[in-house]
Amino acid sequence: MADIAVGAQERGIVRSHATSRSSLHKWAKRKSTVAFFMALPLILLIGILVVYPAFYSMHLATLNKSMTKFVGFGNFQYLFKRDTFWMVVEQSCIFAITAVIFKALIGFIGAHFVHNVPANKQRRWRGMLLIPWVIPPAMGTLAWLWLFDPSYSAFNWILTHIGLSAVPWTGDAYWARFSVILVNVWAGSPFFLIMYLAALKSVPEQLYEAAAIDGASWWQRIWYVTLPMMRNIIAITALYSLIVTFANFDIVRILTAGGPVDKTHIFATYSFRVGIESADIPLGASVSLFMLPILAIAATFILRDIMNRGNEA
Amino acid sequence: MSSLAINDKAAPTRKVYRSMKHDRVWALRWSYVFLTIFAIFFLTPPIYMFVTSLKSSAEIGAQTNPWVVYHPTLVNYIELLTSSQYLGFFRNSALVSVFTVTITMLIAIPAAFALARMRFWGSGVLATGIFLTYLVPDTLLFLPLFKMFAVVQQWTGITLLNHWWVLLILYPTLTVPFATWIMIGYFASIPKELDEAAIIDGASWLQTLTRIFIPVALPGIIAAMIFSFTVSWAQFLYPLAFTTSADQLVLPVGITTTLIKGDVFNWGQIMTGALLGAAPPLIIYAFLMDYYISGLTAGATKG
Repeated sequence: MADIAVGAQERGIVRSHATSRSSLHKWAKRKSTVAFFMALPLILLIGILVVYPAFYSMHLATLNKSMTKFVGFGNFQYLFKRDTFWMVVEQSCIFAITAVIFKALIGFIGAHFVHNVPANKQRRWRGMLLIPWVIPPAMGTLAWLWLFDPSYSAFNWILTHIGLSAVPWTGDAYWARFSVILVNVWAGSPFFLIMYLAALKSVPEQLYEAAAIDGASWWQRIWYVTLPMMRNIIAITALYSLIVTFANFDIVRILTAGGPVDKTHIFATYSFRVGIESADIPLGASVSLFMLPILAIAATFILRDIMNRGNEA
Repeated sequence: MSSLAINDKAAPTRKVYRSMKHDRVWALRWSYVFLTIFAIFFLTPPIYMFVTSLKSSAEIGAQTNPWVVYHPTLVNYIELLTSSQYLGFFRNSALVSVFTVTITMLIAIPAAFALARMRFWGSGVLATGIFLTYLVPDTLLFLPLFKMFAVVQQWTGITLLNHWWVLLILYPTLTVPFATWIMIGYFASIPKELDEAAIIDGASWLQTLTRIFIPVALPGIIAAMIFSFTVSWAQFLYPLAFTTSADQLVLPVGITTTLIKGDVFNWGQIMTGALLGAAPPLIIYAFLMDYYISGLTAGATKG
């Protein structure tokens, strides 16, 4: 097959040599023109609905509430003076970092156990453990909201029956912070599990056998074989998840709507509250812009990794 | 082969061999124990959704054991499936998702083909740019988009707010970058000889795309379609911000806003609605799990 293709290619070259240079040039030009037009809808979509709004958001952040007057950094100055805003910053960081760490841990441990199971049963376990990721987050969170219900909580029913006191899952500020993280870990760890499982399968079995012969314990095998081999994928997955978790909206919005007393607001829910519900679009845009630094840092690292891999290939 | 050689070396006496086997058995048992714990954690909410959906309001209010159904009833399902409002949410969701998948494919396939095979000025930058836009979250864009749509409405008189079809403009921004990205990966993995041969035989670029690339990269296209469908079905922020009247809502927003009337939560119906709403992606997942997972891992592992 390859021979035929090469033959055809040679014939093609011969033919193009026969034609004049300028028509070859024209043909190349036409190819790139065709390519440009094929990519044009994508360029327009990204340009008009992603890039432009991102910059427009920065412009909006410098306007007053009725969007008639330029106020410079007025919105930011206003935010910096508000305790609620600093609470949102704090909670966003706590929420994203804790959730990502636990998602990564559960995903890593889970992937190991699935990998241990005989190959013919792995499919079933994997299928079962990925279900939270498939359920739309809004629907899954509703189930948790019902499990956390103040008066009918099914968790509290179990707790009181084994002699513990009921927990105010979403009523108390600190428990509510715990609850939103718990739900986020529930919804997000299957993603880590699948990524890590795929990575685990790519680690050559010989490495483990060699380590076993050298008398490595299971812990040493993980530390000296698995982790170094999976370093890249662990980093990429965690960074990607950091972006998504930092920008999370659905879970907090449905579970607590930012309450009690704004203790569980994160950037996204707070900017929705301010921008849409209080109709102060510039202030909401200012709040959401605080997601940019984290986003830019994580994106840089992810991009660097992809570029490196591109060079290796 | 290598494992045979290792057994020879590692088991000079039977004792060592047996202890390794012993370890394996215990590792397997512990794996099952922990996997069961994980499965309980992951599956409790959907199972509890199902349990609650079979209960009447009276049974939910009676504060019996919440984990057991004493008088199973389908009344919640019947009420929802005969409620024109709920069916309206379902229809809106289905229309939005199907059209979004179509639009996404129409934009992403030619673009991915152009970027993977036919270089043009700036195509390298564009490929990287696509990946970056995939990382821009909806929570950063919804306010400027909201304002943009309001401005367009002022200028042209076209109402761009509070219609379900407005979501068709918004959802592609979430699905197209990723779909294009994974399809560039799939297209790039197709051997160059294949399309070169077709071009030599006189096929146009469009024919190369439709006769060779689309059939060969079909698994990737299916994965991208599943991804686009799941994202549009689950999207919550855009419909919450852009649509308000009950007849224009999609499922996630419809369930969270209309089934909760004031402070009265009809939990049997909410859980039924959520479960039925989660059913389409779950059914697709049950039948096409491998495509689903290949799409999921393609995003970060391939590229």
